[in-house]
Amino acid sequence: MNPVLPPDFADLEPFADWCLHTEAERYAKRLASSMDELQSFYDAAFPRLEQILIYLDALPLDDLPDDARHLLDLSYSLVNVSFPVEVWRQPRVPDSGAASMDAVVEPAV
Amino acid sequence: MAHFPKPSEGSWTEHYPELGTGPVNYEDSISPEFYELERKAIFNRTWLNVGRVEQVPRTGRYFTKELSCAGTSVIIVRDKDGGVRGFHNICRHRGNKLVWNDFPNEETSGTCRQFTCKYHGWRYDLDGSLTFVQQESEFFDLDKDDYGLVPVQTEVWEGFIFVNLDPSNTTSVKEYLGEFGAGLEGYPFGEMTQVYKYRANVGSNWKLFIDAFAEFYHAPVLHAKQATDDESRKLQGYGFEALSYAIDGPHGMVSSWGGMSPPKDPSMVKPIENVLRSGLFGPWDRPDIAGLDPLPAAVNPARSPNWGIDSFVFFPNFMLLVWAPGWYLTYHYWPTSHNSHIFEGTLYFVPPKDATDRLRQELAAVTFKEYALQDGNTLEATQSMIESRAVTEFPLNDQEILLRHLHRTARRYVADHEKSGTPVDVPVVR
Repeated sequence: MNPVLPPDFADLEPFADWCLHTEAERYAKRLASSMDELQSFYDAAFPRLEQILIYLDALPLDDLPDDARHLLDLSYSLVNVSFPVEVWRQPRVPDSGAASMDAVVEPAV
Repeated sequence: MAHFPKPSEGSWTEHYPELGTGPVNYEDSISPEFYELERKAIFNRTWLNVGRVEQVPRTGRYFTKELSCAGTSVIIVRDKDGGVRGFHNICRHRGNKLVWNDFPNEETSGTCRQFTCKYHGWRYDLDGSLTFVQQESEFFDLDKDDYGLVPVQTEVWEGFIFVNLDPSNTTSVKEYLGEFGAGLEGYPFGEMTQVYKYRANVGSNWKLFIDAFAEFYHAPVLHAKQATDDESRKLQGYGFEALSYAIDGPHGMVSSWGGMSPPKDPSMVKPIENVLRSGLFGPWDRPDIAGLDPLPAAVNPARSPNWGIDSFVFFPNFMLLVWAPGWYLTYHYWPTSHNSHIFEGTLYFVPPKDATDRLRQELAAVTFKEYALQDGNTLEATQSMIESRAVTEFPLNDQEILLRHLHRTARRYVADHEKSGTPVDVPVVR
């Protein structure tokens, strides 16, 4: 498969399926994942977060090249899975039962 | 043990003696008949916030708002003179809904030069005037001037667009919003245009979700797992006390401390919060814009250095939350029946200057959803048990003063409307 992330972040290519642009896609993938899957994504991506910020901050946010855009999308996924991994110990929000909440407006970038 | 001073009467609630201190009856939240009265006495009479001016930035930009609670749908549009107008979303010919896409009951938005009815092609200008009738000569003495769109009173306060469905209303929205509205004027709402909006169908009466967000007494318990274990134990031991509460007419506000932005001890928060410097209270660093220092008079009324967030409950269904780190949040609760409503939570930030800013806002938005899901799920269980009527009256504590006030205000509006049979003006609740 062709790389989708900047070369500096080739180590995250195995997690390229987390390059998801909408909150709905990220949240759905989180719920569909096992805790092992969430943990391995988090363990790979979280230690790289500070480097990701340095890399992306050097680029114009509203005109990111495709590979940087993918890296940003992957970072949104990291933010989303930080809750199950750091706090809940389960993919779903505890005590949220059948409740759901849809993102109906989110930033374009 | 009191951590923050209360009024001389000894409690916030007794500072407003009309509220009483006895248990509160929740029949207003489970009765289909009462809900029908609320629709007439409240949702068809009061100013309702339906959006922001940023949603209609240019001439011809419009959006629709479904108002099941008032039995109508409205169109909001930026007209040719730069004004914001509202109309009932109905074609004057035979009553077709004028503006919709694919699904008539779903809200929509867009840009147009004029509104064209999908049914027979009647066209209306942005000021509502009827400009074209298909086969006009087939009609009998039809004067197009008599068939413009039906206007809805529409006013803008600080960029928030309000409608009032009562044609006989004579109170301006500014007047209606009272001292809290006046005291918020000048806040840089217009600079905060980066928007995240969430929507949920909730199986409870609309007032029950306001109840949930108008008190923080629940926070150390319901949300215990959101904090680290040590921090959670500490928070539960401490409980919750607001910095201050205030009531003005039908509206209320609670001002709260906010110890998490930034935390005194980094081990209190989750690892990703430390890296991104953001969390439930938003990005820890204030954006560099004018208008945040000093803040408008209504914000942080106790002038506490520990201030974190103010929540304004504008009756009936609009909450405005102003956060210390320089962003704001709105809640709307749109009833669809006595035991269901649509909840909308919308976060507004200053547009991010780089990816770090953007990710900080993402973390705040994601955190909001995690909390709101817990809050929302509790409500359906509450609704079903209140409906059992096994228990009908509930003791509310001093930190729940805004709930006591909200239910009382709803009952007052209904009672006044029933008594007069005519539109209630701004009722004096105090």
